[in-house]
Amino acid sequence: MSEPAPLSADDVAKVAVLARLNLTDEEVERFTGQLASILGHAADLAALDLSTLKVTEHPLELSNVLRADEVRPSLDRAEVLSQAPAVADDRFLVPQIVGEEG
Amino acid sequence: MAELPDDWEMVVGLEVHTELATSTKLFCGCSNAFGGEPNTNVCPVCLGLPGSLPVLNEKAVELAIRIGLALHCEIAPSVFARKNYFYPDQPKDYQISQYDKPLNGIGHLDLPDGTRVVVERAHMEEDTGKTTHLGGTGRIHGADESIVDYNRAGVPLVEIVSGPDIRSAEQARLYAAELRAILIATGASDGRMEEGSMRVDANVSVRRGPDAPFGTRCEIKNLNSLRSVQRAIDHEALRQVMLLEAGETVTQETRHWDEDAGRTQTLRSKEEAYDYRYFPEPDLVPLAPSDEQIDAIRASLPPMPAERRRTLLGLLGDSVTEAHADQISSVVDQDLDRFVTAAAAAGVGAPLALARVANELAGALGDGGELEEGTMVVLLEMEEAGEVSATQAKAVLADLVAAGGGDPRAVAKAKGFEQMDAGALDAVLDAVIAENADAWQRYVEGDDKLAGFFTGKVMAATKGQADGKAVNASLRQRRG
Repeated sequence: MSEPAPLSADDVAKVAVLARLNLTDEEVERFTGQLASILGHAADLAALDLSTLKVTEHPLELSNVLRADEVRPSLDRAEVLSQAPAVADDRFLVPQIVGEEG
Repeated sequence: MAELPDDWEMVVGLEVHTELATSTKLFCGCSNAFGGEPNTNVCPVCLGLPGSLPVLNEKAVELAIRIGLALHCEIAPSVFARKNYFYPDQPKDYQISQYDKPLNGIGHLDLPDGTRVVVERAHMEEDTGKTTHLGGTGRIHGADESIVDYNRAGVPLVEIVSGPDIRSAEQARLYAAELRAILIATGASDGRMEEGSMRVDANVSVRRGPDAPFGTRCEIKNLNSLRSVQRAIDHEALRQVMLLEAGETVTQETRHWDEDAGRTQTLRSKEEAYDYRYFPEPDLVPLAPSDEQIDAIRASLPPMPAERRRTLLGLLGDSVTEAHADQISSVVDQDLDRFVTAAAAAGVGAPLALARVANELAGALGDGGELEEGTMVVLLEMEEAGEVSATQAKAVLADLVAAGGGDPRAVAKAKGFEQMDAGALDAVLDAVIAENADAWQRYVEGDDKLAGFFTGKVMAATKGQADGKAVNASLRQRRG
């Protein structure tokens, strides 16, 4: 297995943007070190030969947990909207979005 | 249909989202009914409130497998994943979807024109809420604020992704139409594009000839009808060719189809690349349908549209015209072919049954209402036996559908559509001929066009009660 490129400060800055985190330059530097050490640990694990083991899809040894298709009561709208920062026309009011209408 | 210039070829793949016809949402017991008052079908799960946990709807799984089997997909153990993005149409800031382990793997769809399109996957996911933009000009880019209704958030979807196998806008329309008919046949969806039950996105690129590498693609959204699918793809492919011919490049982006303006325009202006950081959904365990379950669902699938078209073609025998072929496609697409097969089984001529179902019945049902197959069969028998004329049969049908059923003979009687006996018709004919002696003379001497004139007069005198075929026969008989 080839070594992944080391984590750069640019990678951390990009992840911060995706996660809507405002990081200072000092924080970016600090987290770059911390994240690199976590990824290093993952790389150690990836180096092991696990080809004989079954993939763990989920920590619980369960699958096919299903419920019947039966309608249950929804919440009261007034109660729901009372928790919203802003409301208009019985809907959640949010800042301008650039994107599709759907 | 637009033709691309020179040796240009378009390459198209379609992503079709279909809502599943369940009673409840994918991960909670809120109603999956279209058109409710805003934010009335919401709960802690679909609002993403802290501490809530999703539980998978077994009916949605069954319907998703029905779609997979109808598209010849490999059904596989699957895992749900979080697709992360910040956009208020999902209150959780992620959408639960499937990523590297979809329920339905590779399959295919055969089109009526004989071509085959690969289906790469058909995975389960939840729908988003509905955003409406306010303020400014009311148009997308001018909006100051948006409002969100989460009734649709969490509604079960299957996304069907085709391979880049489609080579014309017409073929794309055919694919969407055939897929829609299959979704309806499986019972997984009502296929209503105008209500958003089925939504189509198209990935379009162009290249110089079939051996050239794929070009840069654009994704076209907002294709709300089969007509839009075809128009938008034709337009977009031509736009890309013109750019490239002018020495410019195509930018990979999402574009919005404006049906009124007949063009696509840039939708997302943000440079930020898509980076959804998928990871396995920790709140859901894997979904692994058993072979027994898959076999049971396969056994319960009804005949698919292609087979049903073949059945109708068989009923028509050697007398199939192009009009018949169109009618057959139309009745199968609308799930009305059962009326034709029921009528044929009762001995009614297939061409008559097909015509009445494709035109009058489809039209009447389109206005709302319903009808049992047996009722339609009786009415067709009455028309074929001459008990009612074609015009009268149509009027009776409209009443029956509007009332949701009834006895065709009773409706015909109530409307005064009882067949005139031969004596009464003779008397009317006598009178009409006497009043139009000159015309009659010309008709007897061979002016066949006047048959219509006399039929019209008889119809007017009997207020449409006479059977046109009987009148025609009488006219010919009297002329000798």
